[in-house]
Amino acid sequence: MSAEKAEVDFNVAEINKDYERLYGFHTNTDYLKNSKRGVSPDIIREISKIKDEPEWMLKFRLDSLDIFNSMPDPTWMDGSVFDEINYEDLYYYASAGDKKYNDWEDVPEDIKDTFERLGVPEAERKFLAGVSAQFESEVVYHHLQEELEKKGVIFLDFDSGIQKHGDLIRQYIGKLVPQGDNKFAALNSACWSGGSFVYIPPGVKVDIPLQAYFRINAESIGQFERTIIIADKGASVHYIEGCTAPTYSKTAFHTGVIELFAEEDAYLRYTTIQNWSTNVLNLVTQRAIAKKNSTVEWMDGNLGAKTTMKYPAVFLAEPGARGRVVSIGYANKGQRQDAGAKMIHGAPHTTSSITAKSISQNGGRSSYRGLIKVNKGASHVKTDVECDALLLDDFSESDTYPTIDVRERKDVSVMHEATVGKVSDETIYYLKSRGIKEEDALLMVVNGFIQEFTRELPMEYAVELNRLIALEMEGSIG
Amino acid sequence: MNSPLLELKGLCSTVFSEDTDQQIPILKGVDLTIHTGEIHVLMGVNGSGKSSLAHVLMGHPNHQITEGEARFHGKPIQDMESDERARAGMFLAFQYPHTIGGLPVGTFLKAAVEARRSEEVPFRVFKRELDAALDKLGISKEFLGRSLNEGFSGGEKKRNEILQMHLLKPTLAMLDETDSGLDVDALKKVFHDVREYANEDNALLVITHYDRVLDYINPTHVHIMRDGRIVKSGGAELSKRIDEEGFEAVLGVEASV
Repeated sequence: MSAEKAEVDFNVAEINKDYERLYGFHTNTDYLKNSKRGVSPDIIREISKIKDEPEWMLKFRLDSLDIFNSMPDPTWMDGSVFDEINYEDLYYYASAGDKKYNDWEDVPEDIKDTFERLGVPEAERKFLAGVSAQFESEVVYHHLQEELEKKGVIFLDFDSGIQKHGDLIRQYIGKLVPQGDNKFAALNSACWSGGSFVYIPPGVKVDIPLQAYFRINAESIGQFERTIIIADKGASVHYIEGCTAPTYSKTAFHTGVIELFAEEDAYLRYTTIQNWSTNVLNLVTQRAIAKKNSTVEWMDGNLGAKTTMKYPAVFLAEPGARGRVVSIGYANKGQRQDAGAKMIHGAPHTTSSITAKSISQNGGRSSYRGLIKVNKGASHVKTDVECDALLLDDFSESDTYPTIDVRERKDVSVMHEATVGKVSDETIYYLKSRGIKEEDALLMVVNGFIQEFTRELPMEYAVELNRLIALEMEGSIG
Repeated sequence: MNSPLLELKGLCSTVFSEDTDQQIPILKGVDLTIHTGEIHVLMGVNGSGKSSLAHVLMGHPNHQITEGEARFHGKPIQDMESDERARAGMFLAFQYPHTIGGLPVGTFLKAAVEARRSEEVPFRVFKRELDAALDKLGISKEFLGRSLNEGFSGGEKKRNEILQMHLLKPTLAMLDETDSGLDVDALKKVFHDVREYANEDNALLVITHYDRVLDYINPTHVHIMRDGRIVKSGGAELSKRIDEEGFEAVLGVEASV
């Protein structure tokens, strides 16, 4: 073993030390032995063939690969973040088998075990509308309740979506995130596997959240989830993507592309809490379009990953459209949460709001990176940005990079407010004077700080989020 | 007589000033003994050290005991953290309670009650106690959903402090200028609720610099503090004299510093 490798392994062991205790578990990953490393047109062809994809999809992938190969890394962030990605060393495709399952009984035992530890079947019994669970890069378990099927709701893994509704997907894929949008979107477009395809027909309101669970469970696996959600006229849906990753070695890489389409009068909310283990690079492009009088909301929680770069966007395309982003970032030791939001007002009488909260501790770094753009002609626009940072010690960092670009003068209201704060000793003293221990007092302040986010979550998610933060903060008081 | 609840002997303290980066002497030898069943009123002009005394006893991070003795239930408190003192039965109604955005009052109260008792309190049990306390104090349930002290009026903050006192059931409740900033009606109400709390098993230390509090509460002991010391102590008769002659007349010319 080379000294360098030994050091990497040591670092990984350090990173994973707590993670293992807190959330870690492994299941057997035998099926990886046939997977190939690196990416080439041949591999793309093979993936496409295995998936039995139509010709247009193969072409989409190959074109994307060309674009990827010709694109430089993003230049607006310091390049060291990307230096550690070794594209040759990533698995671009790993499958737990060729089968897909509609019945829980048919799911292989080791995968079932993983899901049981995640509580998927139980959660489903309780309140899920349907589960699209991604194990490795392949969706292996999928179930949609009959009631929703009757209403014409489509909730499939993306591969099945291509098989069953290829023509529909073809009209939408890449419309909001073109292949050449950025290097990682290009890579995703070439190598995507897994993700969800959701279509809600006109006037259908889905009352319970649709949920998908994502997991990475193998060494050096690249996960390239691809999701499209369409809420047709007057439809309403809340989609939740929660993910938790077990321990594993070496740098993992997650680059997803999510495209949301809200037609006239539709309501579409996408909630995600990412909790990748702290060696994952999490680079996701999330974009939405909001048509006349529709509402799109991104609820975006970033707890895990080594580096996160994620800026959910809403293009407010027609009058009456509303966009909203509520996000939290939690940066602990060695983590960088570079998150924010983009609102593009392309039509008059549109409104948007961004609430971004970040917490940094143990030297972690949180950044808010946001864009508010008001195009010429987009009069009667109202937009509010509030970003608040909480530093739990003196050596953690927080910064903001807001961009405001207003091209219209008529009745445009832009509010931007940013605060950076610390938890004051006086506040902790007040809580302690009620008998509350110092660590609990600090946790209460932190939970209060992110309450604008947690109150938007279904209760069990809110409880789990608070629990995760409690675990993260454990032992952080000197 | 039973053993004292609180016993201070020659207590001296300093406060850390962030402006000057120095320790400033505040208490300069306080002697005070409080037993259960007693109501003590501590008076004095601004800057005499009465609020500091409360914070020294509660364990404020900027206040430090430098000399003397402070015992609560017979145990020295100097090395106890604020939360330990609170769990042992000490309570301070703050003059300026802190605001914690996003922390609902109800959640906070349950956490505090559980901390005080060092055990989990089932929701149903807690709710029964809480409802009873809210009823007794005439506080609406809507209050529980609000963020702790955020956007509260002066009166609401004080009533919230008194609500906490009723729920946490301290043996020694210190009230730091609870009367300040209240109009006559609110003052009446709040001190009615304070009186309701007092019984044979607990004691109150009411800190104020207005003698108007004496209209609403009947102290067993009255102390006057000046320049970090208690300079005059008496019983109800002292409060009566203060009531009749005024604060300064009782202390003599020295009081008007």
